[in-house]
Amino acid sequence: MHRRGVGAGAIAKKKLAEAKYKERGTVLAEDQIAQMSKQLETFKTHLEEFASKHKQEIRKNSQFRVQFQEMCATIGVDPLASGKGFWSEMLGVGDFYYELGVQIIEVCLALKHRNGGLITLDELHHRVLKGRGKFAQDVSQDDLVRAIKKLKAMGNGFGMIPVGGSYLVQSVPAELNMDHTVVLQLAEKKGYVTVSEIRDSLKWERERASHVLDHLLKEGLAWLDSQAVGEPQYWLPALFSELLSRDVTPEEANQMTP
Amino acid sequence: MDRFVWTNGLLEMDETLVIQQRGVRLYDGEDKAKLDVGVVLLSTHRLLWRDQKNNECCICIPLSQVIFFEEQAAGIGKSAKIVIHLHPVPENKEPGPYQQSKYSYIKLSFKEHGQIEFYRRLTEEMTQKRWENTPVSQPIPTGVGTKAGRTRAVGIVGIERKLEEKRKETDKNISEAFEDLSKLMEKAKEMVEVSKSIANKIKDKQGDITEDETIRFKSYLLSMGIANPVTRETHGSGTQYHIQLARQLGDILQAPLEERGGMMALTEVYCLVNRARGMELLSPEDLVNACKMFESLKLPLRLRVFDSGVMVVQLQSHSEEEMIASALDNVSDKGSLTAEEFAKLLGLSVLLSKERLLLAEKMGHLCRDDSVEGLRFYPNLF
Repeated sequence: MHRRGVGAGAIAKKKLAEAKYKERGTVLAEDQIAQMSKQLETFKTHLEEFASKHKQEIRKNSQFRVQFQEMCATIGVDPLASGKGFWSEMLGVGDFYYELGVQIIEVCLALKHRNGGLITLDELHHRVLKGRGKFAQDVSQDDLVRAIKKLKAMGNGFGMIPVGGSYLVQSVPAELNMDHTVVLQLAEKKGYVTVSEIRDSLKWERERASHVLDHLLKEGLAWLDSQAVGEPQYWLPALFSELLSRDVTPEEANQMTP
Repeated sequence: MDRFVWTNGLLEMDETLVIQQRGVRLYDGEDKAKLDVGVVLLSTHRLLWRDQKNNECCICIPLSQVIFFEEQAAGIGKSAKIVIHLHPVPENKEPGPYQQSKYSYIKLSFKEHGQIEFYRRLTEEMTQKRWENTPVSQPIPTGVGTKAGRTRAVGIVGIERKLEEKRKETDKNISEAFEDLSKLMEKAKEMVEVSKSIANKIKDKQGDITEDETIRFKSYLLSMGIANPVTRETHGSGTQYHIQLARQLGDILQAPLEERGGMMALTEVYCLVNRARGMELLSPEDLVNACKMFESLKLPLRLRVFDSGVMVVQLQSHSEEEMIASALDNVSDKGSLTAEEFAKLLGLSVLLSKERLLLAEKMGHLCRDDSVEGLRFYPNLF
């Protein structure tokens, strides 16, 4: 970027350059930007028309939302990038997903003391729906996944780990590598795992298994039951949910921790 | 369970099967139904159940009878369930397995799992309410009567014609929405092409762009949701909108930050600000882009990214040395501290107190004792 040239000589030089470009039939960037402004107005009108006919469809129909999102992605547009974007303002998609983001953060925060910051997508879905009440818009798991993807921009370690056909949602910046992920997947069936099971299924040495389990303990993602019959069991609260602890609502959690 | 009626289990003309699941036992409220384990089927119009051993035993209930449903998680020795709350028994109900019941809800107990997908599909069907668009010709007891003037087609030809009509109508509604969407996307695609062309020209310096024009271009990209390909300019990726936003945040966040020891995780800020706004919410990216502008706008806040990737907003007045010094004081005072203990002491979140301790450690003032019991920090005497 450079200042526009000053002085008669510079002006003349510039006019020459512009003439050369125009000769070749190229449109200058600044002219194109001016043109884009008009095109944008036209597009906005089309979007308004679309919104007046189908805004409800997007709000009520999660399948339609998926289609919409996928089409946007294909052409290189992110309708959720900004609350100030046309899509957000006119179709209301923004508020839907951003509010969902808030609800996701709150649920994860409320349960963090219990599951260390790891929760199944199913449980997250269940609790978000519960928090929204009977009469709120339906939210699908696809909606949650998209909202979570957006939350990643805020750097707080939001991520998704594929486990048993669905996902575990991570909401703390705990470092989880492939080894940890594989053990989580193994534990998914019963909610807990033992060193022997890891050695049998994954064919790891004892040390590697212990190392991974210790890390999960340290991060608060696993609880140790050393009194289990046979050998110690490593339980993952993220996987056994409401069974053993009292339910904490987001309001209660807000009062508990700042 | 007294809402169910006997059925032959065959689907009606406009009725489609959505999902089925074996290994399901029915409950009349809290009591096990006097039926064995069976297959539960969800169609666009009804919920059906068929005995696995005796296929002739088949019952159903129209989806319009459902008020509300919820999941009941599995327990020790108990399968996961879906609880379905129902409208009162309609007067003209056909006979069913139960004459009366003291409960107004039933449960589906999934002994062979499958509840997750079933719940999802049930939610979809209850949202879309497809049975309203294409009511089946057989009288199903509902609150609403069958559509007037709909004659029962006779003969194969009549049936096929009716099927075609219905299909066309439903297709038309769906396809209109998708057609409009496709057309809209074509136009959006044009805008993307234009912006790419402009970005290339800016790169190749074909023409003379003023700062003004750059700012305008960026705001166009923001409106369309197109990623800014021309990065690292004087104002970063910020636009006028983000500048305004940054100033607003500068005002709104002063008090909350003071209350929380001068630092808040960005996710906390996101929730705080959006809950306050109620409408026209900020996207996560909006927030990040606005916070990036704090420094250049000389606002008393800073966006800070820790090694762990955690992003926080902190008060300018909160110097790093102060934080580290106070962390060291606290730890020395108590002999040693974990992140949780430190958090309680300062009234900070565990996440942020951990970051402070890590920072003090990085500067060499603290050292750690890392065990399965947790991470504990001690003053560094080395």
